[in-house]
Amino acid sequence: MSTALIRLDQVTVTFAGQNVLENIQLSVKPGEIVTLIGPNGAGKTTLVRAVLGLLKPNSGSVWRKPKLRVGYMPQKLYVDPTLPLSVLRFLRLVPGVDRPRALAALIEVGAEKVIDSPLQGISGGEMQRVLLARALLREPELLVLDEPVQGVDVAGQAELYSLITRLRDRHGCGVLMVSHDLHLVMSTTDQVVCLNRHVCCSGHPEQVSNDPAFVELFGKNAQSLAIYHHHHDHAHDLHGAVVEEAASAPGTPPTHVHGDNCKHG
Amino acid sequence: MADFLLYALLAGLALAIVAGPLGSFVVWRRMAYFGDTLSHAALLGVALGFVLDISPALAVTVGCLLLAILLVTLQQRQALASDTLLGILAPSTLSLGLVVLSFMHNVRIDLMGYLFGDLLAISPTDLAWILGGSAAVLALIVALWRPLLAITVHEELATVEGLPVAALRMTLMLLIAIVIAVAMKIVGVLLITSLLIIPAAAAQRHSRSPEQMALGASVLGVVAVCGGLALSWFKDTPAGPSIVVCAAALFLLSFVLPRRAV
Repeated sequence: MSTALIRLDQVTVTFAGQNVLENIQLSVKPGEIVTLIGPNGAGKTTLVRAVLGLLKPNSGSVWRKPKLRVGYMPQKLYVDPTLPLSVLRFLRLVPGVDRPRALAALIEVGAEKVIDSPLQGISGGEMQRVLLARALLREPELLVLDEPVQGVDVAGQAELYSLITRLRDRHGCGVLMVSHDLHLVMSTTDQVVCLNRHVCCSGHPEQVSNDPAFVELFGKNAQSLAIYHHHHDHAHDLHGAVVEEAASAPGTPPTHVHGDNCKHG
Repeated sequence: MADFLLYALLAGLALAIVAGPLGSFVVWRRMAYFGDTLSHAALLGVALGFVLDISPALAVTVGCLLLAILLVTLQQRQALASDTLLGILAPSTLSLGLVVLSFMHNVRIDLMGYLFGDLLAISPTDLAWILGGSAAVLALIVALWRPLLAITVHEELATVEGLPVAALRMTLMLLIAIVIAVAMKIVGVLLITSLLIIPAAAAQRHSRSPEQMALGASVLGVVAVCGGLALSWFKDTPAGPSIVVCAAALFLLSFVLPRRAV
């Protein structure tokens, strides 16, 4: 475990008296891709903020490798329309970046066309690539991506996923990624963590990219996508509280069996 | 050239140059109302300066700095929406300043001078204060330009990249407070924010980089100061308002002129 880039232990975050995250264990090693999935309000972004050090957990510990260089790609970037900022100037906000380095990073993510465009004038997909380029310019050991494929169609999603995998291979960095999809994840993911306030379940996604039906559905994109099968042993009510599976009849003792990563009481 | 006109010109030019980059940040970060509140409170600083018998310039500077710190702290608590908080503080501090001043029968105060500026009555001491303050603010803003720009674009990204965001934000507020304290003598508490915002807004439409906008705002501010002083000299109009009128005319002109092709 000493090789981990970050390690979260028993992390609990409370907003207004309500637990948003409970007893989270999580670690990312160099070269490892961890995908966070979970329903809306499950605390995915809160967990990412705790990892980045943007918020302090109420209890538990967040350990970061000393002097860890983090490349962060936020969910969206809003720049005031009164601020005249080209993509190049935006990338040059990272210290020590000149035009050749910015161009190289943009070529790496396939967005070199927009280098001189105003930041407010590029499309959503181009913006995601520019944000990725900015994260790469930090020469990160850990890449943190908050819903990198949000609002992108399946073909674009697959393309971004293979790009992220290539970047991981080239830079050897660990990747922590939030996915907006509960079942479809990046096929190169080493570990999927399903979050709903606590870690519900985690494991490897199923490699189904050779399944003819899957290939028929997603075409050439099938290679970069994978299906994650949840193995929950409990359900959640509308407020996210743990409830017993509906199968248990009234009067019978609770049947909840804790999973490997189940830390709640 | 008369001495008082030379002093007025130098003071106005110093303020216009520093107001360019600082005003650009006020526009980008939507802090116009924040500046307004600080400048209204400057009058309270003047009144307290008389009560405590210290130099008004010093009292205003310290007062503005303290209020900036108070505002930042209150905004972080977020008990009230920012604009509500500022909407309460701006008129209350201005009114409190006026009430305190009305109690002092033994000092004669040129209230109009504090409200709308008294550029042509600047003394060599005032000038030294204005030049020193402007130079210090300009030096800091140039030195901190890239990190300040980075927190303006995205605070969380800047935090992750290791910038001391809270300290930088506070520094920017304090720089604005200093410029407001310095500018009070020139255009008065009611007109200060216009000198920060109008040149920056006029430069914005024709700029393609943050640096162009900041420099352009400085140049437009210099033109406005020269124009306003000329108007005041030849037509005997009040100097502060004349400068603001010139700046507003430049802003209108920037809308008429065609935008440069990208």
